[in-house]
Amino acid sequence: MTDWQPSALQLERIAYRRRRARRSTLIAVVSSVVLLVLVAVGIGSTPGWPRVRATFFDVHRGWEALPIVAQGLWLNIRVMLTCAVLIVIFGMTLAIMRTLRGPIFFPLRVFATAYTDVFRGLPLLLVIFLLGFGVPALQLRGLPNQAVIWGGAALVLTYSSYVAEVFRAGIESVHPSQRAAARSLGLTYRQTLRFVVLPQAVRRVMPPLLNDFVSLQKDSGLIAVLGVIDAIRAAQLETAEDFNFTPYVVAGLLFVALTIPLTRLTDYVARRQGWYGGGGGPV
Amino acid sequence: MSLLSLRGVRKVYGENVVLDGFDLDVDAGECVVLIGASGSGKSTLLRCVNLLETVDDGVVELAGVDITDPRVDADKVRSGIGIVFQSYNLFPHLSVLDNITLAPIRVHGVRREVARARALEMLERVGLADKATAKPDELSGGQQQRAAIARAMVNSPQLMLLDEVTSALDPELVGEVLDLLRELKSEGMTMLVCTHEMAFARDVADRVCFLHHGRPLEVGPPAQVLDAPREARTREFLSRVSGTTGR
Repeated sequence: MTDWQPSALQLERIAYRRRRARRSTLIAVVSSVVLLVLVAVGIGSTPGWPRVRATFFDVHRGWEALPIVAQGLWLNIRVMLTCAVLIVIFGMTLAIMRTLRGPIFFPLRVFATAYTDVFRGLPLLLVIFLLGFGVPALQLRGLPNQAVIWGGAALVLTYSSYVAEVFRAGIESVHPSQRAAARSLGLTYRQTLRFVVLPQAVRRVMPPLLNDFVSLQKDSGLIAVLGVIDAIRAAQLETAEDFNFTPYVVAGLLFVALTIPLTRLTDYVARRQGWYGGGGGPV
Repeated sequence: MSLLSLRGVRKVYGENVVLDGFDLDVDAGECVVLIGASGSGKSTLLRCVNLLETVDDGVVELAGVDITDPRVDADKVRSGIGIVFQSYNLFPHLSVLDNITLAPIRVHGVRREVARARALEMLERVGLADKATAKPDELSGGQQQRAAIARAMVNSPQLMLLDEVTSALDPELVGEVLDLLRELKSEGMTMLVCTHEMAFARDVADRVCFLHHGRPLEVGPPAQVLDAPREARTREFLSRVSGTTGR
């Protein structure tokens, strides 16, 4: 290790690879700039662009609306985090119910299957309306009547069914030999699930799971239809003042700004933990 | 001139020097068997030849062409080399026939009917003509490995790399695979083989190469390396191997 010096040939190869890497970077930069310029010129030269810019991209108006929209976004974040925790719990419960074997669990399996079938198929907006307007209209005593709670409940009900299916796919992707190995060590069905199957299943489904949570982040904006002042509703109220749609764009940018770090974080964690397959090399 | 020539090949993983200035020549039609303890660099050597790994120094020449030059098209080089893996690596979603015709059709531009005819011919040779439509998981280990050999052979490679091809097989299935390799050898195929099957090395190899700490410590005809090794390390390795496998 210590007395090794790269040969002239190897040095030349390293230099060549470096040159090629530099060239690739240069090409990437040039092609990106060219594309951006083309898009900017293309859109900027359309006849309606000044009008569109004034309506959607009014910097001054956006800056004005930012604090109010951001305040609404804080509600979105709280709704999303609370719902995410509940969704993981319910989704996992449903997934485990569906994978239980044995005749005694038949009703649970049927319930879980029917639940996912129904809530995966129902449009989220309909569930929000049903819970947000329908349940309070029953005028039952003791039930909360804040719109945000019913909106959140609708999100939990719908997303639990998506997440349950993701978890189930993960559980079923763990090779049966893993269960056999665990059972052969004397672990019970529960212990096998808890210590061997679920840890592997959860790792495997992490990317699609996060996909669902990013989607949840956006869909938390749908509870605006119940009159809850979230980022979207706040933008709507702002827009109603002067028919300038910039506040919506501001809300959109804030949602994107929330999503991107979450995605990068998962990618980073997943790569560091080696969740994405094995191998490597220049294949 | 030799078909495959390695000169000063070096491969490092972090602090670990796996190949340390490795020199070896393989002539056309020759069968060279690599032996050595696990971790001695046998598999890494094959992976370097197949460009699945980038060497950290040195040259690998195939038919006079420096294939370690970063300017060469790695896919083209690989398409002229057949490799068979320890765990078969058949594609589980394709039938045996489709496993074999995939590269001829997609890489070599062979017409579908021609590729099928050639694949069937190849399956006939490896004794799996009746398994063409079966999926890999319906076959035994030995059958899967023979199918994998057929898949590598159908492209008429210049060179075959065989990486512990019998290590995952039940003992009674090892024979059928080794018989097939013997047949390939007798047809003049150039082969570079890693194996723990000393009997096969003795029987088929033109030369045996004992790897130690990333270098070819002892290279020579099997009668010399296996039966009258000069190096103490070789003797030590061989006695351990014969102690565990009873060969």
